[in-house]
Amino acid sequence: MSGENYKHWTVEKKDNGIVCLGMDVEGSSANVLSATVLAELYQILTKLSRSPPVGIAITSNKEKGFIAGADVKEFTQISNQQEALELVQYGQTVFKLLDKMPCSTIAVINGFCMGGGLELALACDYRIALEDPKTRLSLPEVRLGIHPGYGGTVRILRYVNPLIAMDLILTGRSVSTSYAKKIGLIDDAIPMRLLQGAAEKILLNKPSKRKTPKISKVLNSALVRPIVAMQMRKQVAKKAKPEHYPAPYAIIEHWQKHFGNENKMLEHEAQSVATLSVSETAKNLVRVFLLQDELKALATSGNEKVKHVHIIGAGVMGGDIATWCVSQGLQVTLQDLHAESLAKARQRAYSYFKKRLKKPLLIKVTMDRFTLDINGYGLHKADIVIEAIFENKDVKRELYASIEPKLKKDALIVTNTSSIEIEQLCDAISDPTRLVGLHFFNPVTKMPLIEIVNGAQTNPDISQRAINFAKQIGKLPLPTKSSPGFLVNRILTPYMIEAGLLHETGSSINDIDHAAKEFGMPMGPVELADTVGLDVGLHVAKLLSKAYDYNIPNSFESMVNAGNLGKKTGQGFYTWKKGKKVLPKSKSAEGNHEAIQNRLILRLLNEAVACYREEVVASKDHLDAGVIFGTGFAPFRGGPINYIETTGVVSLLSALKTLHQQHGKRFEPDSGWQDFDE
Amino acid sequence: MNTNSVYIVDGSRSPFLKARGRPGPFQASDLAVQSATPLLMRQPFAAEELDEVIVGCVGPSPDEVNIARVISLRLGCGDKVPAWTVQRNCASGMQAIDSAFSNILLGKSNLVLAGGTEAMSHSPILYNRHMVNWLADMNRSKTTLQKVKTIASLRPKFFAPVIGLLKGLTDPVVGLSMGQTAENLAQKFNITREEMDQYAVDSHLRLVQAQKNDLFENEMEYIYDDKGKTYNTDDGVRPDSSLEKLAKLRPVFDKRHGNVTAGNSAQITDGASWVILANEQAVKKHNLNVMGRLVASNWAALDPRHMGLGPVHSTVPMLREQKLSANDIDYWELNEAFAAQVLACVAAWKNPQYCQEHLGLDTAFGEVPHEKLNVDGGAISMGHPVGASGARIVHHLLNVLQRNQAKLGVATICIGGGQGGAMLVENLQ
Repeated sequence: MSGENYKHWTVEKKDNGIVCLGMDVEGSSANVLSATVLAELYQILTKLSRSPPVGIAITSNKEKGFIAGADVKEFTQISNQQEALELVQYGQTVFKLLDKMPCSTIAVINGFCMGGGLELALACDYRIALEDPKTRLSLPEVRLGIHPGYGGTVRILRYVNPLIAMDLILTGRSVSTSYAKKIGLIDDAIPMRLLQGAAEKILLNKPSKRKTPKISKVLNSALVRPIVAMQMRKQVAKKAKPEHYPAPYAIIEHWQKHFGNENKMLEHEAQSVATLSVSETAKNLVRVFLLQDELKALATSGNEKVKHVHIIGAGVMGGDIATWCVSQGLQVTLQDLHAESLAKARQRAYSYFKKRLKKPLLIKVTMDRFTLDINGYGLHKADIVIEAIFENKDVKRELYASIEPKLKKDALIVTNTSSIEIEQLCDAISDPTRLVGLHFFNPVTKMPLIEIVNGAQTNPDISQRAINFAKQIGKLPLPTKSSPGFLVNRILTPYMIEAGLLHETGSSINDIDHAAKEFGMPMGPVELADTVGLDVGLHVAKLLSKAYDYNIPNSFESMVNAGNLGKKTGQGFYTWKKGKKVLPKSKSAEGNHEAIQNRLILRLLNEAVACYREEVVASKDHLDAGVIFGTGFAPFRGGPINYIETTGVVSLLSALKTLHQQHGKRFEPDSGWQDFDE
Repeated sequence: MNTNSVYIVDGSRSPFLKARGRPGPFQASDLAVQSATPLLMRQPFAAEELDEVIVGCVGPSPDEVNIARVISLRLGCGDKVPAWTVQRNCASGMQAIDSAFSNILLGKSNLVLAGGTEAMSHSPILYNRHMVNWLADMNRSKTTLQKVKTIASLRPKFFAPVIGLLKGLTDPVVGLSMGQTAENLAQKFNITREEMDQYAVDSHLRLVQAQKNDLFENEMEYIYDDKGKTYNTDDGVRPDSSLEKLAKLRPVFDKRHGNVTAGNSAQITDGASWVILANEQAVKKHNLNVMGRLVASNWAALDPRHMGLGPVHSTVPMLREQKLSANDIDYWELNEAFAAQVLACVAAWKNPQYCQEHLGLDTAFGEVPHEKLNVDGGAISMGHPVGASGARIVHHLLNVLQRNQAKLGVATICIGGGQGGAMLVENLQ
């Protein structure tokens, strides 16, 4: 056996008769279950089953993680349902072999374990995981518009209560090892020093396998399943419409109709995944997933890592950027003129970490990396200085001039401005090529995107370092030109202005938000305006209208003057109580949603076309990625450009022309439309 | 610069926060970390470049036993910087500086972070001996009958707590509380209640004045709790302190006939204080701008019943060795454990009989004038976090010398158990 050479696996037979399978996918930093990886596993298992060893332990040889899941790129090469079915069925065959091995098997989950990785683990007799905050387990397939296909939906029910199992599959959320142990997903969570020994001990002693909790029998029974399924559908409907996201509904259906016989359920699982995987939604979601990789790949390796970040301005943005950088392991100094602002930023960070880290010791050592620095002592030690003060050109320029002499020679100087062009700021520094924009989005801890804003003068090396920094802190870097509004705000602003204009001409805020949500937006534009803050929105709109001549609705100005700034003041377009919006009494009028939706979306699309024409970002992919990750634009539609191309230019353009006639200049089709294939 | 010199480069401290019943918002290591982080941040060297971290702390909490190591790691000094905790009661912070001084003189270290920290409001409440025995019995009871029997043996007096702080403030050999030793000194040197109270009022008013003039700006760092509150001032000060008010307080140690009250004693307080010490090599290497020089230090011991005279016994031999007299010293910091104790020291220094009998001098040591002593207040107005005070007075003394363009200063402190510590510093700014 040991003479065999495999590309992606190591096979080691120990003196005690246990065989250790180490997964080590060639040419990849994380393990992915591509077809060739599965084929090798099949080969290995087939050989082992002929003369079974005492037991088999499957683990990862990678430093990072156990298995990241199936190879998503393989999905994009599927051209039809039959191909998809064959791919899934092959995976099922391999895992069935693992499941039926004549000896005991154990998955030693030494790091993150996602999708197909967890399905592999579920096909083993036992599962133990490394007790570490980085070990997270999940079945995230639903986020790609499909569901687990290698037996995951079937085998998880052997061990886990169906309510919890379905929740994991329906949300795709990841769980900690302690929770996984509690629900029966794994047998034990074990520290590194004992992990290998424990695996071998289990294989030698063969303790009785974990059993599904008793309540599962009731919940899984034919009588109860329809009732539970109905409840699940109700829950899912609150978040996703079946026409936008068919997968969750298919998952519920699959369990309700096919639970009982494992083999039949496996057959249906494969069928169901194959059907879903060729849907438009799945294709777009897979594309969105791969776009993340595309943005991440903009970072180069080899550059020295940033260790210390100094942030100036302890407002919501500055404070939250600080919190995020601390959470990513960096040393942070946060500077502000006012101790009260610093104290508030620290308090927000503390409650964030308290919620996230839970353990007091962990919170303490994390907070120790977060230094409030009223005197700016951190300036001379920081690798990167991020300015996040209020949007005033002159004050920012003054600040740069005053801090520059204190900085390390090679420190990166970054502005978080959302609306001022880099060109207007950079000559306050003796070397203007040194300034680059890093536009974070609010809330920083949740929004995955950072716009890397390059002024005409920005040194490409500096820009590259900014990209690398964004990647280092786990965000997606999107290089943009330093034109007013950059990409995301520029595309969002006309859409939100149109919502205001619709409201002024009699559409209810309910109808407006409803129309946007029907298109697939995560939040309507009116609610979004209230959430961002009307003062912030108005400020950005005004700055942008200097460049693009917007017709800003009067209601924005009057509400800001009245101090009704949205969620933060309790009153905006909506009334807010304890951070939740109070739904207005007036019921939405049926029927005119499509007209509203057209006006909102076409303004957004028209602006997207303009941005593409002006090369605000490098490619269509980048534009789609920016709008999806920066605004939450309906991911299943694959981004505005993808939407234009799949819907067809002709119909959209004619709708736009009609609106142009009805409402005038703001709907004038951008000249960039002619560059799109009809 | 002298190759044998030990320099004090910089220093910092937390605000001193009066204990107000419940445990304060900061543990001892929190106070230390939050006050040292800005200090280290503004240095041209990295925290990892320190040779060691030495911290004085009288009562680290059970989860911070070698609290210096906890602090050092939390400060980001890294795995490789050794850290150790020193304890000499009320002088622990000064002991930390002295230990750094010794190691630098011996050539073992070049660059040391030394200081002290104490969260007195967190001092433990303990089970009494009865309760400890009962818990042990309970643990040993296996059968139900045994358990019932043990439970039945529980008595109300078992629940009487032992206040850790009070135990610490009582001399374990002679059995006197620290306040009672101050009463001894008051009797010995005929110090009246009015004199004590007047001294206490002065301490408060001097601190108020210092706060008004922002004299602690370069000395104290802002610290922040988890609830969004900022602390940037010594909050034990009473701007409205007056003789009338102090006269109303009852004696706390000798309750019926004594004179020492809470008002003319040091406050129970949380705080941390730091200095960075360096030799010439480190000063040159990092191009450090030094505050001053630590010239000499001395420790002395005496009858625990007269522990408050420790400063007298420790300073006199130190200055005699340096061939300096009382007049050569520009400013004094004498830790204000009790007003009676400070006044007794001043009295002893100028008492020929005491100086002959106890210090081997031919005449009195000399006059330490009120205008040169504790000019910005002290532990009576600011509080006395026992681990930190010794470091605070050394650092503050250098600031006082600098402000007054003076040269030499003495910082000295009395120590429960009957000891005294003293340091001679020279301003180089």
